[in-house]
Amino acid sequence: MSRIRNAFSGKKAFIPFITCGDPDLSTTEEIVLAAAEAGADLIELGIPFSDPTAEGPVIMAADERALKNGVTTDQIFELVKRLRSRLDIPLVFMTYANVVYSYGSERFLENAAQAGIDGLILPDVPYEEKEEFHALCQQYELDLISMIAPTSENRIARIASEAEGFLYIVSSLGVTGMRADISTDIGSMVKLVRENTDIPCAVGFGISSPEQAAAMAEISDGAIVGSAIVSMIGTYGKDAAGPVSEFIRSLADAVHAVKG
Amino acid sequence: MTGNGRFGIHGGQYIPETLMNAVIELEEAYNRYKDDPVFNQELTELFNDYAGRPSRLYYAKRMTEDLGGAKIYFKREDLNHTGAHKINNVLGQALLAKKMGKTRLIAETGAGQHGVATATAAALFGMECVVFMGEEDTKRQALNVYRMKLLGADVVPVTTGTATLKDAVSQAMREWTARISDTHYCLGSVMGPHPFPTIVRDFQAVISKEIKEQMRQAEGKLPDAVIACVGGGSNAIGSFYHFINDLEVKLIGCEAAGRGIDTFETAATINTGRLGIFHGMKSYFCQDKYGQIAPVYSISAGLDYPGIGPEHAYLHDIGRAEYVAVTDEEAVNAFEYVARMEGIIVAIESAHALAYAMNYSKVLSADQCVVVTVSGRGDKDCASVARYRGEEIGE
Repeated sequence: MSRIRNAFSGKKAFIPFITCGDPDLSTTEEIVLAAAEAGADLIELGIPFSDPTAEGPVIMAADERALKNGVTTDQIFELVKRLRSRLDIPLVFMTYANVVYSYGSERFLENAAQAGIDGLILPDVPYEEKEEFHALCQQYELDLISMIAPTSENRIARIASEAEGFLYIVSSLGVTGMRADISTDIGSMVKLVRENTDIPCAVGFGISSPEQAAAMAEISDGAIVGSAIVSMIGTYGKDAAGPVSEFIRSLADAVHAVKG
Repeated sequence: MTGNGRFGIHGGQYIPETLMNAVIELEEAYNRYKDDPVFNQELTELFNDYAGRPSRLYYAKRMTEDLGGAKIYFKREDLNHTGAHKINNVLGQALLAKKMGKTRLIAETGAGQHGVATATAAALFGMECVVFMGEEDTKRQALNVYRMKLLGADVVPVTTGTATLKDAVSQAMREWTARISDTHYCLGSVMGPHPFPTIVRDFQAVISKEIKEQMRQAEGKLPDAVIACVGGGSNAIGSFYHFINDLEVKLIGCEAAGRGIDTFETAATINTGRLGIFHGMKSYFCQDKYGQIAPVYSISAGLDYPGIGPEHAYLHDIGRAEYVAVTDEEAVNAFEYVARMEGIIVAIESAHALAYAMNYSKVLSADQCVVVTVSGRGDKDCASVARYRGEEIGE
C-alpha cells in the first residue's frame, strides 16, 4: 500500500497545507515536524508561485512572502530531504503547472521522488491535460492527485476512475479561503466517486474550524485545511510552530474522532 | 488547430477543474453558433451599424513620401466605436454569452480599451459588467476607468502582484471560478484556455478579411507585409489570419521591449521569454529560472503582459510570422511622428507597430506596400506620453 493510501487506513485523515518558505524555510521545517507530531496524517507542501490563480488572498499573500524571501524550488527539495529523514507520513507537493514544467518536468519529478515526496497536486492541470505530467509521475512513482469540484458533475466518474493516491474534493466554487458555510452537496459527490473507485476522498477549500473539519470527514475520508493555518503563520511568523501545532492538534483530534 | 485547442505544442486548457465545464459549455455554444446564419447576421449588423465597420484602409501618403520606401497603409481600427479593435471580439462574445443565457460579463483590462469595450457591450445588451484592472493601470488610464463607470460597469482595482494586466487576468479567472452559472468571462485577447484563443481570433479575423478586400481595391494585389503590435496578440492575429496561407505576405508582430530587451524592464515575450504554462495555456512567457512569472514593463499598459497567445507562439515556431521588439523610446517617437505627419493620434500600443513599419518600409521599394494595423486611438495615452517627455498635464 502506498504511503498515501496508508494515511487513510482505518481512520479519517487530517491534511494540513503549508506554504514552503513562509516566512522562511527553517520555520516551515519546524511547523511541518510539529504538525506531524500533532496528528497530521499527510501534509501538503505548497511550492510558492508568483501568480497562483486558484488561491484566495491568504495563500496568495503567503506565496508572495515566501518568494520575496527568495525561496526556490531547489531549496524546497533540500527541505523535503531533511523532513523525510525524520518523518514517515506522506508528503505531497501542491504547486502550479509552470513551477514543474519550467524546471523541466522530468527533472522536477526525479528530484521530488529522490527527496521523498509521495504525490503531486497541480490545481491548474485538469483531467484533459494530466497525461504529460502523469506519465512522468508514474515513472518516478508519485501519485498525481486529481481534483473534483462542485461543477464537475458529468466529469466525476471519468476523473474518479483514473484517480490515484486520494481524490481532492473542492468543497465550494471559487478560490481557496475560509468560508462560514459550505453549501455544496458533498455527500452526493462522494457517492458518485464511490461508484467508480475505492480511493479515499478528502475535502478541502473553506474549512477553518475543528467542527467544519469533522463535518467534512463525516461525509468523506478526510479534511484538508490550508488558509486557516497559513493565516496563522502569517500572524505569528517565525514563532508560528507552537500556536499552529496546537491548532492542527485540535483539527486532527476532531477528524480522528469521526468514526471510520 | 488540433484537439483540445492546440497550436503545435501551444495552447491547451490549464485551468482549475472548477472551470472545466464552463469552458466546455462555451466551446459547445461557440461551435453551435459560429456557422449559424442568424447569429452571423446579427453580429454583422452589430459590426456595421454599431461599431462602424468596415474600418478604413488609409493610405498614409505624407509618411510614405517622407520615408521614401514602400507605400504605407493604415488599417484604422482606431475609428471603431470605443476607439480600438477590442469591440470586434467583445460584440461577438457578448452576443454569444447572451445566447448562452448569461446575464453578467466580467473582463480584465490593461490599457482599459477592452474594459471599455466590454462595458459598452454590457450596456448595449443590458448585462451586468465587472472589470478587473491593475491598480497601477487605473492610475495610468484614469480616463478609461471613468468611461467604464459611465457605461455602468463596476471597476475593481487589482492590487496583487505587479498590479497590472497579468494580475487583472488572474483576478478575473478567480472571480469566474466563484460565479459561473450567470457569468461569462469576456477574455480580451487570443490567450487563456481553449476555446478563447480560437473564439477571439475568429471575431478579430474580420480585420484581415477587410484588409484583403480593401488592398485588392486599392492596389489590386496583396500587401507585402502586415505589421501589428502584440501583447496577448488579438489585433495582430486578426490582422494576420486571412494572410497565413498567402506565404508571400510577410507577417510581423511588434512586441513591447520597454526599456530594451537586454534589460529586465521589458514585455517582449518571444524575444526574452521561454516555454511555460500560465493563464490556461502553454506558450512563451517572461519568467525566471524557477518558472516564477516576471514583472514585465512597457510604457503601454496594453502590451504590458508576460505572455503571448498560443497561435502566435506557433506562428513563431514554424517561422510563418516574425516577432520583433520595439522600445518605449521608439514607440513614443512614432506616436509623435504620426501625429504630426498624418494628423492621427494612435494608441501607444499601435505606435509600436508604426515604429517598426517606419524602419521596415524604408528597406522596401516604392512599388511595395505594407499595412500597419492602428489598433486603437491614442487619446488615452497623451498624459503618459507627456510624462515620458517630462511634462505633467492634467487628464
